[in-house]
Amino acid sequence: MTGATSQHLLSVADLGTDGIAEVLRVAEAFAEVERRSVPKVPTLRGKVVATLFFEESTRTRLSFETAAKRLSADVLSLAVASSSVKKGESLRDTVETVEAMGIDAVIIRHSSSGAPHQVARWVERARVINAGDGWHEHPTQALLDCFTVRQVLAERKGVAPQELGIDCFDGLRVLIVGDVRHSRVARSEVLAYTALGAQVTLAAPGSLLPPSLEGWPVEVAGDFDAALGDADVVSLLRLQAERGSGSYVPSLREYTARWGLTARRVERLADHAIVTHPGPMLRGVEIASDVADMPRTVVTQQVSNGVAVRMAILFLLLGGELPGVGEVPAVA
Amino acid sequence: MAERERSHTRPLGGVFVAHSQVLTSADVQRALTRMSHEIVERNGGVQDVVLVGLQTGGVPLATKMSEILNQIEDAKIATGSLDVAFYRDDIGLRPVLPEAVTDIPVDLAGRVVVLVDDVLFTGRTIRAALNALSDFGRARAIQLAVMVDRGHRELPIRPDYVGKNLPTRREEMVDVGEDGVWIGTLEDK
Repeated sequence: MTGATSQHLLSVADLGTDGIAEVLRVAEAFAEVERRSVPKVPTLRGKVVATLFFEESTRTRLSFETAAKRLSADVLSLAVASSSVKKGESLRDTVETVEAMGIDAVIIRHSSSGAPHQVARWVERARVINAGDGWHEHPTQALLDCFTVRQVLAERKGVAPQELGIDCFDGLRVLIVGDVRHSRVARSEVLAYTALGAQVTLAAPGSLLPPSLEGWPVEVAGDFDAALGDADVVSLLRLQAERGSGSYVPSLREYTARWGLTARRVERLADHAIVTHPGPMLRGVEIASDVADMPRTVVTQQVSNGVAVRMAILFLLLGGELPGVGEVPAVA
Repeated sequence: MAERERSHTRPLGGVFVAHSQVLTSADVQRALTRMSHEIVERNGGVQDVVLVGLQTGGVPLATKMSEILNQIEDAKIATGSLDVAFYRDDIGLRPVLPEAVTDIPVDLAGRVVVLVDDVLFTGRTIRAALNALSDFGRARAIQLAVMVDRGHRELPIRPDYVGKNLPTRREEMVDVGEDGVWIGTLEDK
């Protein structure tokens, strides 16, 4: 096995189909670890992992830190609000300081698209994992969404998820709904689902679609309600008020009426359709509260699977081998 | 058997080239039957025994052994499988990847665990397995059954039940499969 490997996880595109399949396969082994009464393995003992979150987060940060601890790595978490970043230290100096302490992996979230790519070019030996950069990408979220969908499909068939491989994604119809324009989750999901062979359709008001869809292997739904009936998976996105989404729609109430997954609209879904949401959910905006609590809505499973998937990423980067499509492109 | 792709030694890769046969599949079956009787004799039955096959080579042997034990003792013996990748001591030295999902069906506290593997070599896999098993409860005893003991131990580990003691050179390779036990070498693809 001498294929290309990934040094970092910056984009889902770094992995290619084989890389995604390998992450899902290894994550299944870690999901078993998580079901044990002592859900901890000594795999990354002596390794140090740092989380650098320049933007707020609940589940992603907790999930990465839990994953690292369950692998017995030491975790340092930089609270940006109380760090020298507030004194004006640059990202580069912060990263160099962190690396000088002998850190093996840097998990970074930043409001600027491309920040993790920049960091990856600065580090000498540390691995860089993108935990969300601006509007660009959130690769681990997309991977855990795929993992969760496969788990649900396997459960219904009464087989172990690893037995399905990635064939279960072939021709799967995925409908991504909402604020695609500002969503890094949507970008990563489009890359992940299409790499696995699924057909992705976007449904959003024109103002919340990206300015150009050129080169994107997706379709745009003309009729949202009709598209719902065709979907196997509905991926809802949060309306991102902190990125100014509010000004792209006339009013929240109108947005909900036209694009929200309301109790009435959910009746259009096929019986087998699965609803995912990366969280945090805005109940009553993009998803009705009753719908959020339906069994077909797998938000809680997504959160628990997040730990297993992130364990797989950390393990593959620091101890195993993460298949990929090649090195980080050298951008000036 | 001329050549066989060794998919389950993925970190090494390469093609296994067989040189000579050591045991036929009938020999393997007879050895499994004898070892099963030894397990029964040593433990005075199988009521507390749990078989755990090591991924990947030990799993089919553990399955066959459980069938034999169930037959001779009229029991329903608990059988699981264990992947030790997360417990290996060479993580970071070479790419280590899990082969399969671990499945330990019962709490091991108070049970007698019989670890089953195809080939005992350096003993490092067994060391990793012992660490892994301790995460599933405090077993009353852990015993080791291997089809082939080929020597070259690097740790103070010895088997309790052996199919065949087979002196080998370090660079040789032993393959245990459906078609018996073969000795050969691992060649580049």
